[in-house]
Amino acid sequence: MRRLAALFERLDATRSTRAKTEALVEYFRGAPPADAAWGVYVLMGRRMKRCVGAAALRQWLTEESALPAWLVEETYASVGDLAETVALLLADRTAAPAESVPLAEWFEWRLQPLAALPASEQRALVTGWWRELPYLECLLATKLLTGALRVGVSRSLVTRALADCLDVERVGVERALMGEWTPSAAFFESLARPAAVAHPDQPYPFHLASPLEGAPDALGARERWIAEWKWDGIRAQVVRRAGSIAIWSRGEESVAERFPEIVAAAAALPQGTVLDGEVLAWDGRGVLPFASLQRRIGRKAPGAKIQRDIPVRYLAYDLLEADGADLRARPLAERRARLESLVREATAVAGGPGAGGWSAIDVSPVLPCGSWGDLAAAREQARVRGVEGLMLKDAESVYRAGRQRGAWWKWKLDPLTFDGVLLYAAPGHGRRSNLYTDYTFGVWRDDALVPVAKAYSGLTDAEIRDLDRWIRAHTREKFGVVRSVEPLQVFELAYEGIAASTRHKSGVALRFPRILRWRTDKPAREADTLAALRAVLEAPRG
Amino acid sequence: MHDDLILATPRGLYCPPGDFYIDPWQPAARAVITHAHADHLRPGSAHYTLAAPGEAVARRRLPADTTLTAVPYGEPLVFGDVRVSLHPAGHVLGSAQVRVEHQGRVWVVSGDYKREADPTCAPFEAVACDVFVSEATFALPVYRWPPTERVAEEILAWWRDNRARGVASVLFCYALGKAQRVLAELAARTDEPIYLHGAVASLTEDYRAAGIRLPVTLPASEPGTRPRAYAGALVVAPPSAAGSTWMRRFGECSTGYVSGWMRIRGNRRRRGCDRGFVLSDHADWPGLLRTFRDTGAARILLTHGHSDALCRYLREQGVAAGALATEYGGEH
Ligand SMILES: [Zn+2]
Ligand SMILES: [Zn+2]
Repeated sequence: MRRLAALFERLDATRSTRAKTEALVEYFRGAPPADAAWGVYVLMGRRMKRCVGAAALRQWLTEESALPAWLVEETYASVGDLAETVALLLADRTAAPAESVPLAEWFEWRLQPLAALPASEQRALVTGWWRELPYLECLLATKLLTGALRVGVSRSLVTRALADCLDVERVGVERALMGEWTPSAAFFESLARPAAVAHPDQPYPFHLASPLEGAPDALGARERWIAEWKWDGIRAQVVRRAGSIAIWSRGEESVAERFPEIVAAAAALPQGTVLDGEVLAWDGRGVLPFASLQRRIGRKAPGAKIQRDIPVRYLAYDLLEADGADLRARPLAERRARLESLVREATAVAGGPGAGGWSAIDVSPVLPCGSWGDLAAAREQARVRGVEGLMLKDAESVYRAGRQRGAWWKWKLDPLTFDGVLLYAAPGHGRRSNLYTDYTFGVWRDDALVPVAKAYSGLTDAEIRDLDRWIRAHTREKFGVVRSVEPLQVFELAYEGIAASTRHKSGVALRFPRILRWRTDKPAREADTLAALRAVLEAPRG
Repeated sequence: MHDDLILATPRGLYCPPGDFYIDPWQPAARAVITHAHADHLRPGSAHYTLAAPGEAVARRRLPADTTLTAVPYGEPLVFGDVRVSLHPAGHVLGSAQVRVEHQGRVWVVSGDYKREADPTCAPFEAVACDVFVSEATFALPVYRWPPTERVAEEILAWWRDNRARGVASVLFCYALGKAQRVLAELAARTDEPIYLHGAVASLTEDYRAAGIRLPVTLPASEPGTRPRAYAGALVVAPPSAAGSTWMRRFGECSTGYVSGWMRIRGNRRRRGCDRGFVLSDHADWPGLLRTFRDTGAARILLTHGHSDALCRYLREQGVAAGALATEYGGEH
């Protein structure tokens, strides 16, 4: 664990990719294979099943710190991270920290067995670690206990470092680390022989797009580009090999059991097929809002009713493997042509589209538009179609791992906006804990303001300070750390989408609200109405 | 309370029987100043009283014709029937606590203070009092300062590491106090010259003139035709220089920020610095509590920072505590 802590510190202290790669290579070289395997697990952002709840940890922290519970809560709110709060309050209080325990031992003998223990024994063990670990190890151990640890290295950086240090091809390492694997010394050693670990279900590393800023004319001739809708669903690969069917999300989670309709349709695909595409909630007329899909994702084994209420559909836009052969080095136009005929045949094998006139697996259409101008016009319709914008893909592009600038672009819609009135403010975290930086905004319903959005970001430091001063001077009431303020200040907010919600007083939930600017020129009565927001919600779908 | 010796007024902390203000944020007839940080020393008052070691740095921040009385630590002054004296606060050069005595009652206003040793200023002196008016900048229990030696060694190791890679190390420190404290700590460990941003340089000369041992310093001027002039060098600059065009002269560099706020990782990330070094000129949580005990004060009044949390905590511990609304603040 001490070695991992040192790596964490080194990675954290530099922005240079070269220095990060060096640190990773040194770590993999220096760590015993079993530790290195767990190191890969941590660096790839994998997580154990959570076995201790955050509420329990907070209670133990309060007891260990001998501070009042409210003060621990307030401190936690200021720090913004539970594991860090634990380490800051409890670590380094004794002169001699405990000896370092190897990472594999941490996972296999300490963290994993915790799940089977009663709470009292969990408490004794965890607080014992808190007492004896030095700061950074205390932070890391608590992070591993509560979920994933963000280290700030991309997966491609980790695989590059692994390939460097094992002296093998990076693609082989990439593939070996897709899907499910168990960290062990044998696993780490097998990475040096990538063919040995290939698993029949394994997906390919996803090719990712970059956001397009500005107009697409700069991309050159329109004919070179394949345009598709940018769906607001779950990116996934459908893997049909050796008699099995798997669906892998971009987070490398196996999600097949959540979408039995897609699995059933995939049975009609020939063996040795891998599709890349999007899982969407679909009601026969078109795509449903992401919130509906979220309800499906939440069900590991969806019952008949939810399958009826929220059907799902997979729209494929790429073919990565056909007849067991890896097609990723072929140009996109060719992969797409084969995709279309392959899906057409599979639909025929399955006896045509389903009762609703559509199949659970289909191809995401290519937009035929002639000029860049036509395409821009099509993009304007994206919102009524319930999609996020357009994808522009180089027809000649090969399918590579990770984010590849230049080959695939996402051309998203400009965000939706509204003017809201500041209603509540709460202190921020960390350095900003002295300032009111967490805001709640409302819109008019008749003569009253109803809260619709919380937003934290978007103002400049100077604006934040001004607003903080204003909030303190115009507070109406205090509820704990939250203040209600005189409803006078108007802000323009952007958001990505809107859905009906029974959990919110306003009846709507906004996706990713954020502040665009402070409208000091607008009086509060000119802010937007709830009716105007609802009109967006009820806009017809194409 | 109506007979309090010091009141929070719109102009600043005010002592009615002595008719003077302490660190007023609006111009006053008579201002007693705890130290020269911008949130405590503001221009415009008719007359200033402050501790003698802080005179030079204070004058830099006031118009040339300012009327100013500099008094040695501990020397008694009389305002009406109020006795006033200044005592070291250990915050920066010349920082003072203001002791105010009237009809047998003693109040002490701390200004900003710390309990750790600092080679650039006189150590904090615990002054017995009935009421102690304290800052609360870092009044949360996560703020526990690591030993200064360890932080100084960390800075040195970071510099050496960057030099080995051939890049400059740019260290952001508050221009008054923190910069000189860091320089003095480094002077005890290396003889190498250190480059200074202009905003740090003049204040550093004031410290040198006060007899404080500092390393050889050079101005971080435009490198002119010397490419990579700053490769491997250490540069001390105020936080405001971060991200400015001034930084271009160093080419590839590693950045560090020295502040108590660096105790929390998210703060360093928000600063966009490569390294955070936890070194503060303010009292940490244990330092605040220890100081309250050391003064023997029956009542604690808190000015700026996390005063709400500390106030509630003290009350639950049975200490009479309250808050004084002030306009102090900032992150020095
Ligand atoms: Zn200060
Ligand atoms: Zn201050």
